[in-house]
Amino acid sequence: MSSEEDDEWVPFSRRSEWSDVKPVPQDDGPHPVVPIAYADDFRETMDYFRAVYFSDERSRRALDLTSEAIAMNPGNYTIWHFRRLVLESLHADLNDELKFINSVASKNSKNYQIWHHKRWLAEKLGPEAAEKELEFTKNILSIDAKNYHAWSHRQWVLEALGGWENELDYCNELLEDDIYNNSAWNQRYFVITRSPLLGGLQAMRESEVSYTVGAILSNPENESPWRYLRGLHKDDPDLLAHNKQVSGVCLQVLSAKHDVVFALSLLLDLLRHGFQPSLEFCGVVDALRSVSPELSSDPASLAGSICSILETVDPLRSNYWAWRRSHLP
Amino acid sequence: MEELKVDKHIQYILSIEKEKDSFMALTMEHLRMNGAYWGLATLDILQNIATVDQNEVISWIMSCWDEESGGFAGNVGHDPHLLYTLSAVQILALLNRLDILDVEMVSKYVSGLQNVDGSFAGDMWGEIDTRFSYCAICCLSILRSLDKIDVAKAVDYIVSCKNLDGGFGCTPGGESHAGQIFCCVGALSITGSLHHIDKDLLGWWLCERQCSDGGLCGRPEKLSDVCYSWWVLSSLIMIDRVHWIDKGKLTKFILNCQDCENGGISDRPDNAVDVYHTYFGVAGLSLMEYPGLKTIDPAYALPVDVVNRFFFPE
Ligand SMILES: [Zn+2]
Repeated sequence: MSSEEDDEWVPFSRRSEWSDVKPVPQDDGPHPVVPIAYADDFRETMDYFRAVYFSDERSRRALDLTSEAIAMNPGNYTIWHFRRLVLESLHADLNDELKFINSVASKNSKNYQIWHHKRWLAEKLGPEAAEKELEFTKNILSIDAKNYHAWSHRQWVLEALGGWENELDYCNELLEDDIYNNSAWNQRYFVITRSPLLGGLQAMRESEVSYTVGAILSNPENESPWRYLRGLHKDDPDLLAHNKQVSGVCLQVLSAKHDVVFALSLLLDLLRHGFQPSLEFCGVVDALRSVSPELSSDPASLAGSICSILETVDPLRSNYWAWRRSHLP
Repeated sequence: MEELKVDKHIQYILSIEKEKDSFMALTMEHLRMNGAYWGLATLDILQNIATVDQNEVISWIMSCWDEESGGFAGNVGHDPHLLYTLSAVQILALLNRLDILDVEMVSKYVSGLQNVDGSFAGDMWGEIDTRFSYCAICCLSILRSLDKIDVAKAVDYIVSCKNLDGGFGCTPGGESHAGQIFCCVGALSITGSLHHIDKDLLGWWLCERQCSDGGLCGRPEKLSDVCYSWWVLSSLIMIDRVHWIDKGKLTKFILNCQDCENGGISDRPDNAVDVYHTYFGVAGLSLMEYPGLKTIDPAYALPVDVVNRFFFPE
């Protein structure tokens, strides 16, 4: 970029290399314009941008100008579009562009245009770019582990350019940092169902169930692993209902008597799909019922009891649980 | 309980239009079309759209139209994009001036962005996202031109973005996110394809987004934010599960995010207001039938009387 942050910003009107260009102000309609001093550099840059954009000047200085304009307003998609046209016309060095875009992206990691530009560039660079792109998203995710753009880019890189080798380990790492990170759970599912190296959902199911059960036992109030457990038995609720590890984790959480919402909800699903509860199950549910004195003592079905408990312990969603109760078989 | 400060919000919306030269206005210049839609839709829900000079708005919108491609840009002199094309069409619907459009050209622009797998790109540069599927389908439906695209393939693509939690992401395998869910459910609703959704599973995920402060969030373990009142609520309504959340608490949360002095609504209590959250707050209240507001359609994000007008013209 032609202006460094510690240098004084030189207006385009005082740069000799721009003397032949007539700036074009934004056409805003009939309202009068009231100038505000701090926005002058911004406005002038955009006026010169419009000039090169309208004259379709695909030159080195136009490229530098887009760098400055992007630094001031990375959300402006027209500048990005024009920059790509210029890069293509100049046959510019794409590795230089990678440095540029990565420095912009590090500062503005939640901007659609930037990530799209990264993808456009990576597509041009091909499989050799995979490693660097994975590394880059990893850096962004180390600051914000749920950055939606970074995850989306990472998934695209894996599928389009490859680099699956360490992805499950990476998910482990992130979940070790924060077991509540739903994005990492989502990525885990992405890897076990799509990685060409792991053999797919069926091959991974058993070991994944064990991993998930461990995660649930350490934090039973964490919504993500409970949903993941269901996802591991996608399209096969019978398998879920008859998996001893699954019913086992429900029983363990219910016995501990706190953070029982997701365990009760899963148990409800298991019952719906033909799970035959042992006396032990009826006992722990009964015990939970008796801690809520407002629940009537009439002997409802096990599923009915579960819904009543849920209505009490999760009052924000009491209508949902009441609906579940009204739809019991 | 706090009340909705209708007059203050109207004043606030009208005042932003005049601040064209503030730094915010300059950096948002490229998405002025979205801003115009948020502002005008808010005014209409508040039953006050007559306060703006409609001819001026319409001539500005038409000066953002790119005759060559048929799409609309976010502002005069910018490139056309699907996001702004939908906003432009929505605004013209609000103002009852769809007649001004070259429907043939606009729908040609939109249908030209469909890919062979059924997905949509946002513009000529090919960024793909289920947001664009919604923009395309909503826009073409308003223009009664859905026959210009392969609807079955568009639906297939959206369904391929469905996740284990019943939600939807931006591309196949992308994490469920309330904003993307709105886009996918909205597109499926408009195309009569809601049977692809596991409504009970998705409904539960969506109602789990209500936080203890009453507000709604977009993903697990995220903070509540007024804009999700719209994304989550509208989705719940479309799949007929809105009674699963606590509406009283949500209403209170939104009203607590108002700037009672200067108007406008912020993302969370005591934060700075903006037009985006003002719109989503007011629209959220409308979805919950807050008194005195026009009812908004959850799929088209336009007042119901506007939707009726383009489907049942006199
Ligand atoms: Zn928000």
